[in-house]
This record gives sequence, structure tokens and C-alpha cells, in this order.
Amino acid sequence: MLAIINRDFRSYFNSPIAYVLIGLFICILSLFFVDSLNAGIASFSRNFTNSMSFLLLFIVPLLTMRAFAEDKKSGTEVLLLTSPVRLYQVVLGKYLAAVSVFLVLTAASLVFPLVLLVYGKPDGATLFSSYLGFVLLGMVFISVGIFASSLTENQIVAAIISFVSLFALTSISFIANYVGGFVGKVLDWLSFMGKYYEFSAGIIDITSIVFMLSFAVVFVFLTIRVLERKRWSQG
Amino acid sequence: MIEIENLTKDYGRVKAIDNVSFTVEKGEIVGFLGPNGAGKTTTMNIITGFISSTSGTVRVAGYDILEHPVEVKRHIGYLPEQPPLYQDMTVSEFLDFCARLKKVGSREWRSQKKDIMELVKITHVSHRLIKNLSKGYKQRVGLAQALVGSPEVLIFDEPTVGLDPKQIIEIRKLIRALGKNHTIILSSHILPEVSAVCDRVIIINKGRIAAVDTPENLSKKLSDFSRFTITIAGPQKKVKEILRGVYGVKDVEVSAARSEDEASYIVEADKDMDVRRPIFNQLAQAGYPILELRSLNLSLEEIFLQLTTTEAKEVV
Repeated sequence: MLAIINRDFRSYFNSPIAYVLIGLFICILSLFFVDSLNAGIASFSRNFTNSMSFLLLFIVPLLTMRAFAEDKKSGTEVLLLTSPVRLYQVVLGKYLAAVSVFLVLTAASLVFPLVLLVYGKPDGATLFSSYLGFVLLGMVFISVGIFASSLTENQIVAAIISFVSLFALTSISFIANYVGGFVGKVLDWLSFMGKYYEFSAGIIDITSIVFMLSFAVVFVFLTIRVLERKRWSQG
Repeated sequence: MIEIENLTKDYGRVKAIDNVSFTVEKGEIVGFLGPNGAGKTTTMNIITGFISSTSGTVRVAGYDILEHPVEVKRHIGYLPEQPPLYQDMTVSEFLDFCARLKKVGSREWRSQKKDIMELVKITHVSHRLIKNLSKGYKQRVGLAQALVGSPEVLIFDEPTVGLDPKQIIEIRKLIRALGKNHTIILSSHILPEVSAVCDRVIIINKGRIAAVDTPENLSKKLSDFSRFTITIAGPQKKVKEILRGVYGVKDVEVSAARSEDEASYIVEADKDMDVRRPIFNQLAQAGYPILELRSLNLSLEEIFLQLTTTEAKEVV
């Protein structure tokens, strides 16, 4: 499994994709940074990480689109699936490789809060909880992206599927607010965005952490099932 | 080494392979022969655990593919039709990755890597990116990948497709050399290749096994008649009469008349009867010498055509 994480992680950086994504992310984020500062230092962490997670909606599909789609296209899928490793190790390896790239990206974004630390006094605790929420959100997004990538051998299609599903999943909380009542409550309970906003408001709740991690686990598991099912009824 | 029993794979209504059974002994080189779409790749994909069968069992080195998939995969090196290569890695990096994937110990790997690269002659390209290699070299890297961890069983799907004649000869030589220490299954729709490399041939058509034998036996078994070409000095009419009179001869035809009293004949005779001795004796008695006698048993190519065409007739 380490071999797969290692190889995939390197392959992100061997091609321009990781650099382009991180560069783009930081560029656009700098605009949001100024914006978040204007809104006042008290709500800085929340505004800043909220805009990061908005960008994530576009970054993650591009990051994960190649995970399985590329292997399927180039035939290396055969190598992975006929090697003496278990399927879940292959999937988990690819997932963790994408998460590692995402963590590099997250680390790069720390530049902005650091600059702020030099000139001002943001609230460290909220900053920490916002970032924790952001990382968890990223892990959820990537699990969805990986799942989308396992469905097709076309990277563009994979990117579109994951973008649309992420968009739908994130809008659940808005819909919940709109609908209201019991249905709204149920939807809100299911929405990981609702959980995420708690983090960016400075609340670290164990159930939220567990919820988001479980969400990621479910999609990783679904990815394993999709690949497993293909083995049985490959058309 | 490899035991396959009643293997079937359905794709919806289509049976890609239908009740296929065979065994491969340790150290054998077995050729899978069949036209495109016959089920060669499907069978290989099932043996290597890439896809699952609908029913039937596969055992490799005593392990069942469904019960102990990891053990089975450890014993197999697989080169699919499209070599599975990461284009953005160098040859050396890629092989290191395969070694880690196949859990080869790092000390063992250090010496093995050198041997493998020398064996398939890729040492001098080891630091180049795979995407920049020619088709022939990519194929060799694919072979090298299958050899990582020195598995006992090697499975090659169309290993020489798309290579130039010189490369084909080299790859065949290599496969024969590997056959000394490995059990090998290779598939091909090129007949001379199979008869040149393999100890045994499995002919597969429309998902069913049509014949299993050595290349020589197949050639013998499948001709309905044994056929000879004979060149004899003597008047055609009389010679024909004598030949027709030999017990077991079914048909005689003049294929080429060299001069008035020297001609070549094609003789068809019963398969299990050796008519060569009586022909000689009777012609000698009559005083007509045999100048040439040659067997015309079918080449594998013809067998193949015959098999597949008759099979097709049955189905229609």
C-alpha cells in the first residue's frame, strides 16, 4: 500500500497537475485573503477557510479525476489488480496519495494566516478548528472524487461527475434551510457542510469529526465495491 | 501447476468462455491458439485474478483463486496484451515500484533487478522515461515487470504483437529460455509462433477448447488422410495403376509431369495405414524407381483454418 501511495503522490508532482492546482489555489486564495481581512479580524478564520472550502469544490475534482480513470485507460489497472495486494489496499493507497497532495496544498495556504500572525493577533483556537474542519472536508471531498474516478475511464467525465456530486452534496444544507421543518432537520443532520460550519465557527465536536470521517469511509468503501463489481460482471 | 476446471464466463447472454478445462504441468510451455475473440484473454484474465469467472475453478500451485487470491497472484507474473506501464516513470523506477508492489525483499531485489534487466536487455535504457521508449522496448519492460519476484508461472498475452520480425525472434528466444525455469502460458493468433515455442498447444475457438496436443500430434491427428507427394520415373498411366492398386490408397493425382516418364503424384491414403512400404515394393517390382517421397501432413496453419472453419459450420 505504501508503494502505491508513494507512486501516486510522486506522479502528481511529476506532471504539472499538482503545481498548477496548488499555484491556482494560492493565487485565488490571496484575493479571498484580502477580502476576509476587510471583513474584520474577528471573523477572519471563518471567512478565510470558508472561501478555501469553496475553492476546494473546483480543486478536488481536478485532483482526483486521474486516480482510477488513468489506470484504467493505460492498462496499469491490470498490474495493480493482479499483484499480490488486496483491493482495499489499492483503493486506500490511491485515496491517501490524493489526501497527501491535499495536505501539501493545505500547508501552502498556511502562508496567509502566518502573515497575519506577524502583523496582527488572530484567534489561534478558531484558526485551528477552522483548519481542522477544512482538512476533514477535504478528506470527504476526495473520497467522493475517488469514487467518481472509479466509475469511468475518462478523466474529464470523472471530473464532471465529482464536481456535480460535490455541488449537490454541499447544497444539501442550503436546501435544508430553505425547506425547513422536519425534512429540513433531517437533511441538515445528513449534511457534512453543516458540520463543517461548526468547525469554522470554532466548535470542535467529536460527533462532527466522526461523522465526516465516516462519510469519507463510506465513499472509499463504495469505490472498493464498484471495482469489485466490475471484476464480476465486466461487460 | 495450473488446474482449470469447467471454467465459464458469461457477459450477459454471450459466453466468453464455456466450460473450459485443462491442466498445465510444471515447466511446460503451453500455447493458447485461437482467432481474435476466442476467449484467450478472458481465460488469462481469470487465471491471473483480474476478473472473476461465472463458474468453475482455477488452482495455481495448489491455491484456489477465489479462496487465496493473494497467494495465487504471488505465483504469477502477467504480461497483458497492453503492457501495464506507468508512462511517467523511468524504467528503473517502475521496476522498483513493481518489486515493492509484489513485496520482494529489498536485498533480494537488488541482485534480481540487475539479472532481469540484463535478461530482457533493457539495462542501457533503465534511466529513460517509459513514454519515450519504442514499442519493442516497452514490450520488454512489460516482460521485465512480469519477471519481478521470479514467479513460478508466467502468463503472456500476445507477447509479440506489433513488434518487428527481429524483435519477435528475440522475444521468442527469451520465452524459450524462460521456459527452462518457469511454467509458461502464452497466447497467440500467430501459428508459427506457437509451434516454434510451445511444448503443447491448446486451440480455443468461440470460448471452447477445440484441441489440445503437441504441435506435431495435432498436425498428424487432424489430417483426415495422410498425404504424400511422390516423384516416380515411369509411364504415368502404369504408375497410376500400380499406386491405385496399393491397399489403403484412396486417391492418386498427377501434380506435375516433368517429362514423358517422370512425374510427381499426390497420394492420399488412410490415416492409420503406412502405405509407403507397399508402394515402394510394388514400384520396385515393376522397375519404376522412386525419386522423391515427401509427407504432406498439414501445417498448423492449415489445421487452424480447418478447425475454425469446421467449428463455424457446426455452429451455423
